[in-house]
Amino acid sequence: MSSLRILVGVKRVVDSAVKVRVNSAQTGVETANVKHSMNPFDEIAVEEAIRLREKHGKDVVQEIIAVSCGPAKAQETLRTALAMGADRAIHVKTDDNLEPLSVAKLLSKIVGEEKPSLVILGKQAIDDDSNQTGQMLAGLLNWPQATFASKVDIKDGVLEAVREVDGGLETVSSSLPAVVTTDLRLNEPRYASLPNIMKAKKKPLKTVSPADLGVDIRSRLQTLKVTEPAKRQGGKMVASVDELLDKLRNEAKVL
Amino acid sequence: MFSLRTTLTSATRRSAALAAKKPLQQPLALALRSLSTTAPTQTISSLHSLSEDEQMMKDAVSRFARETVQPLVSQMDEAEQMEPSIIKGLFEAGLMSVETPAKYGGSEASFTAAILVIEELAKVDPSVSVLCDVHNTLVNTVFRTYAGQHLKDKYLPMLSEDKLGCFCLSEATSGSDAFALQTRAVKDGDHYVLNGAKMWITNSAEADIFLVFATVDPSLGYKGITCFVVERDMGVQIAKKERKLGIRASSTCQLSFDDVRVPAANVLGEVGKGYKIAIEILNEGRIGIAAQMLGLAQGAFDCALPYLFQRKQFGSYIGDFQGMQHQYAQIAVDIEAARLLTYNAARLKEEGKPFAKEAAMAKLYASQVAERASSRAVEWLGGVGFTRDFPAEKFYRDCKIGAIYEGTSNIQLQTIAKFLSKEYKA
Repeated sequence: MSSLRILVGVKRVVDSAVKVRVNSAQTGVETANVKHSMNPFDEIAVEEAIRLREKHGKDVVQEIIAVSCGPAKAQETLRTALAMGADRAIHVKTDDNLEPLSVAKLLSKIVGEEKPSLVILGKQAIDDDSNQTGQMLAGLLNWPQATFASKVDIKDGVLEAVREVDGGLETVSSSLPAVVTTDLRLNEPRYASLPNIMKAKKKPLKTVSPADLGVDIRSRLQTLKVTEPAKRQGGKMVASVDELLDKLRNEAKVL
Repeated sequence: MFSLRTTLTSATRRSAALAAKKPLQQPLALALRSLSTTAPTQTISSLHSLSEDEQMMKDAVSRFARETVQPLVSQMDEAEQMEPSIIKGLFEAGLMSVETPAKYGGSEASFTAAILVIEELAKVDPSVSVLCDVHNTLVNTVFRTYAGQHLKDKYLPMLSEDKLGCFCLSEATSGSDAFALQTRAVKDGDHYVLNGAKMWITNSAEADIFLVFATVDPSLGYKGITCFVVERDMGVQIAKKERKLGIRASSTCQLSFDDVRVPAANVLGEVGKGYKIAIEILNEGRIGIAAQMLGLAQGAFDCALPYLFQRKQFGSYIGDFQGMQHQYAQIAVDIEAARLLTYNAARLKEEGKPFAKEAAMAKLYASQVAERASSRAVEWLGGVGFTRDFPAEKFYRDCKIGAIYEGTSNIQLQTIAKFLSKEYKA
C-alpha cells in the first residue's frame, strides 16, 4: 500500500464535565476561567489516526498532522494531540469567532498545502453541536465523505467505513483521498502518557493566520440571544389514558 | 544623602548580617533587588502556577485516576490487595518514572510534576498514591542521586519499565531511631551476606527491587550503615503482611534476610555512607507524603461537599446552614494552607534552596489537615458517611498513617525546632 498522510482536526472546547452558564450579556456561554479540553470526538479522531498507523505501520501511515483553528490557547489542544502520537501540528491562529464554513475553508487550504490522503474530524464539537465542518470540507474539496464512522479501515488504497445511521449501520467504501468524521463508538482514546507529554514539546508546531491562507473568516451568522432552557417543571400524575390525551392536546398542545 | 554605591554596600552588608541571624523578609529582598543594577528582573508567580507540562501531566493523571483507579478502589480496600492491573497501568502511563531521565525510559519531568502525580492519585486512592510516591521519591531518586553509573544503567530502566521498588530502613526495634538498625552485612569475597529483618516496608509484597539499609560494622554506629540494592530472587523473604487500619491495598510487610548474598557491586553509594542517603532522601520523601495527605484531604472534601447541596433537612440544603458553612469554609482554608506549604517546599527543592524545614512543616501540617478534613467529611455525610458505601470512611481510616510514617509528627516538630533554634540562637 502506498504511503499516506493523515490530517486530524482538533478543537479546544469547554470541558464536558463543566456546568456551563449563559454569560451576563446573553451572547453565549461563560468561558472565562472555565476548564477547557479537546473535543471528545476529536480525541477519537486522533486515536483513530494513531491506530491506523499502529495497524499498517509507519511505512504506510507516513505522517499524522494535527490542526486546530482558534486562539493562542488552542496550542494546548495541539500539544495533547502531539502527546497522543501526532507527528506535527499546525495552529491557525485567530481570536475571531469561527463558523464551520470558515473552518472548512481554512482546512481546505491546509489540505492543499499538506496533501493528506485522509482527513479525520470529530463528527461535531460539543460546544456548537454543528455537525457541518466535515461535510462542508468534503464539499469544498470535492472528496468522498464517510460521516458518523464507527469503524474505519484502509485496504489497498481504498477507504472502508461503517457509518452509524438512523436505520442501523451502513458500510461504505470510497477511493482516497477522503474525509471521515468520527462517532462515539469508533474507539476509546488513550491517555497521553507522561513521557509522551514531555516528548511532545520537541515536536514541530507551526503557526499561521487566516490571512496567510487567504481565507475570509467573517461570520455569516449573527447570534441574537442565548438563554438557558426553561427550568424543569414538576411532573403531574394522571389517572387514565383519556386524561393523558386531554392534557397533551389541551395543556401541552403537542397533539 | 549617601551615594548609590555606598547605599548598596551598606545594604548588602546589612542584609548579610540579617541573613546570618534570620531569613531575609521578602519585601526587603525585593527592594534590594530593585536597587541592584545587576540582578535580573524576576517574575514571581503564585504557587498556583504550573508549567504547561505540569498542567498537562496533572490533567492526564487526574483522568487516569478517575477512569482506571476509581472503579477498583473499594474492592482493593476490602481485599487488602493492590490490583496488578493498576500497577501495570501506572507504569504504562509513565507515572512510575516521573523525574527519571528519558534515556532510562522516564519522563524527565520536574519534582513538582511528581508531587502533582502523587496528589492527584491520592484524591482517588491514597493506597495507589503511596505506592507511586515511594517508588518515585524514595527508590528512583536514590538511584538517580547516589548510585554509581553501573547501577543506574542497570536498574533505572527496570524501575521505569515494570519493576516495583521499595525502601527498607525500619526494623522492629528501630523506627524513629532509624540508625539503631541491626540488619547486618558481612563481607565475603566479592559478596556481602545480609542477615536480619525489616518491618513496615511499603510495596514489599509486589516489589522486585529492595533498597536495604544494613550495617557492615555495628561498632561504627551509624557510620557503618550501607545501602544495598537487593533483588527479590537473591532470597528476600516476605515474613508477614500487616493487616492495617487504612491504606489497606498498599502492602506493608515484614521482611526477613537469611544469609542473602548480594554482590559487592550492589552497594549503592559508599560503604558506611548509607545514613546520609537515608537522611537526605527522607527530606524529599516528606514532601511526597505531604502531597499524598493533601490529595486525601481534597478527595474527602470533594466527595462530601456535593452532598451538602443535595440533602435537605428542615426545608433547606444542609450546606446552607451557617454551622455547616463555617465548618466547610474552615476546612477549605486548611487544605489551601497545606497545599501552599507542600507546593512551596517542592519549588524550594527545585530551586536548589534549603527545604528541609519547609518539607517537615508541609508533611506535619498536611497530615493534620487530612485527619480534620476526612473526619469532617464523614460527619457532613451523616449516617451514610459512616457506611462503606461512601468513600468518606476510607479517607478517614487512610489519613491516620500520615502522622506516623516517613517521620512521625513528633519527629517533624523536632526537626523544625532544631532549625529554629539554629536561626535564633545568638
